[in-house]
Amino acid sequence: MNTLRVSRMTLALSAALALFGCGQKEEPKAAAPAPAPAAAAPAAPAATAITVKIGHVAPLTGPQAHLGKDNENAARMAIDELNAKGLEIGGAKVTLELVPEDDQADPKQGTIVAQKLVDAKVNGVVGHLNSGTTIPASKIYFDAGIPQISGSATNPKYTQQGFATAFRVMANDVQQGKVLGEYAAKQLAGKSVAIIDDRTAYGQGLADEFEKGAKGAGAAVVTREFTNDKATDFAAILTKIKSTKADVIFYGGMDAQAGPMAKQMKSLGVKAAFLTGDGGCTPEFIKLAGDASEGQYCSLPGVPLDQMPGGKAFNDAFSAKYGQIQLYAPYVYDAVMVMVDAMKRAGSVEAAKYLPEIGKTDYQGVTAKIQFDEKGDLKGGAISLYQVKGGKWEYRETVGGGAPAAPVAAEAPKADGEKKS
Amino acid sequence: MDIFVQQIINGLVLGSIYALVALGYTMVYGIMGLINFAHGEVVMIGAMVALFFVKAFSGLPVVILLPLALAAAVCVCMAIGFSIERIAYRPLRHAPKLAPLITAIGISIILQHLAMLIWGRNYHAFPPVIPVSAHEIFGATITSLQVFIVLIAAAMMAGLTLLIQRTRLGRAMRATSQNPAIAQLMGVNINQIISATFVIGSALAAVAGLMVSANYSIAHYYMGFMLGLKAFTAAVLGGIGNLAGAMLGGILLGIIESLGAGYIGDLTGGFLGSHYQDIFAFFVLIGVLIFRPSGLIGERVAERA
Repeated sequence: MNTLRVSRMTLALSAALALFGCGQKEEPKAAAPAPAPAAAAPAAPAATAITVKIGHVAPLTGPQAHLGKDNENAARMAIDELNAKGLEIGGAKVTLELVPEDDQADPKQGTIVAQKLVDAKVNGVVGHLNSGTTIPASKIYFDAGIPQISGSATNPKYTQQGFATAFRVMANDVQQGKVLGEYAAKQLAGKSVAIIDDRTAYGQGLADEFEKGAKGAGAAVVTREFTNDKATDFAAILTKIKSTKADVIFYGGMDAQAGPMAKQMKSLGVKAAFLTGDGGCTPEFIKLAGDASEGQYCSLPGVPLDQMPGGKAFNDAFSAKYGQIQLYAPYVYDAVMVMVDAMKRAGSVEAAKYLPEIGKTDYQGVTAKIQFDEKGDLKGGAISLYQVKGGKWEYRETVGGGAPAAPVAAEAPKADGEKKS
Repeated sequence: MDIFVQQIINGLVLGSIYALVALGYTMVYGIMGLINFAHGEVVMIGAMVALFFVKAFSGLPVVILLPLALAAAVCVCMAIGFSIERIAYRPLRHAPKLAPLITAIGISIILQHLAMLIWGRNYHAFPPVIPVSAHEIFGATITSLQVFIVLIAAAMMAGLTLLIQRTRLGRAMRATSQNPAIAQLMGVNINQIISATFVIGSALAAVAGLMVSANYSIAHYYMGFMLGLKAFTAAVLGGIGNLAGAMLGGILLGIIESLGAGYIGDLTGGFLGSHYQDIFAFFVLIGVLIFRPSGLIGERVAERA
């Protein structure tokens, strides 16, 4: 009798979990605007106006929803600006339409919405936000011949799969991890470093590259620990790291974990310096870590916003409309602009026709001068390092990218060069 | 040695929170034979209300501010717990058991997205109003806040045990749990008793919510899901339907997770890392359920679920 009850209960639990998953998957579909009817319009009397659909994918629900919404706002802003100016491609008047989708930062969901965008016949895709969702989705876009530009997926694998449709407008983790690893070993004088990652494609990839960089620069990796992208309690792994007496702790993951992690380091009396990548390089990190954030480090591909060619103007326009920039907004904005720029040069909105033009991009964006190498990676991407001083991210230095890509980066750092503002 | 003590302390703090949340699951299951999957969401709402209360009145002294924030969270959670039962479970009391399970999940999703609409998608940081000092015991560090959490959790559990064992309401709850029909014949208003169960469970959830958000200084509309799942596991581990079981299960689960994450790598020579932390906990759960299907100290009561 008892066994009967327990088995019934476990059955109920698994059913419940399955249902819970389904329930969530339904939600974004309902929220997305019905894309189908808009496509059928062009033949109507409305002159020769064509509607071009651009898909955008990021997590809009779940723990990274704040970053996802930030990206979507940037894409929307780019599209609204282009529409307001009036866009003509190949002699026809064009109206851009954003098709926003939610992948919940979940690789499975990433492929589902990717297929959905392909079925909706979008002309191009901007996104996804996470490397873990971008990589599996990129195969679907490649098979359908739809160009994809991500503003934030930094895992090297994304552009190494040989997909002609995959591009990114941000330096990848090989560059970033190497810079971070060397920085930890040299500038922070880390003889022994401990590494934590969140087991996502992004966190793990960055941590792997960091490990190579740190070892190459002479530091010893004393332990490698793991968490996940939904965790809030790190006391157990930090206690273990404390026993190894590491000088530097590196975390590959997002701000939602990096913040509480820095805080718990302090309450456990861990004295090591804390270093994280672009995922933790946000104002949220400081809010979540409180005074434990003071003196900690992060890196960000590209140059600080106020040193970006169009950084100030973008910041003013964006924050007036959507509030403070979280992280990747300027990159996503550039991704949309690069895509439309390629359409203009090709004189066509058809994927097959404008795809070759993306590779030939030479576009002065908000973040940098954007050119792609043969794989679709940004040429000469710079990496900047920041440290928290007085409750704000303060710019420290920029490594790499000295070449034509970002001439401004080589200038002397401004004293008040904080990243947000 | 100091590392071992530290891991036990880590586990105890985490376990106290699991135990408080697990009590909510186990009380409802004990009385109605129903798993209230929306309970994790109630914890989240408790955390959010407390956090925003503290934010809004951060000028007040801490000794007044925190009890007030707690009171606000408890009131809101009690109201929500009461409404959940009224809206989602009472109409289905005589329906097949699967129906209230599905409404429970529905309510959970509704609450989660309601919280997202009200408080936004961002993470919220708990204002640093609580002075935290670190203390050393046997070479391990524990903060005053953590001591406070363990003490409050213990006090809540003791209070609940007294309530169930010694009061009129508690006796009525036990009677309803044993046989609702007979309890009703004996003059127990079972509708009132079931409402009271939900209200008390939700109040405990509010306390847990405040603890979680203050300890990790983070609150988010999504936080209830994983916490609820862990607490449910704790309740099953200890023996669902049994109050002492929920407490034991919660604290055990916290300690197993801490020790698992801390030592699994060394024990397996690096073959399994700390990413197997959760798997370790579920391994123990499966082991316990094989040998004691009704949980560690679950009562072998007759089937009436």
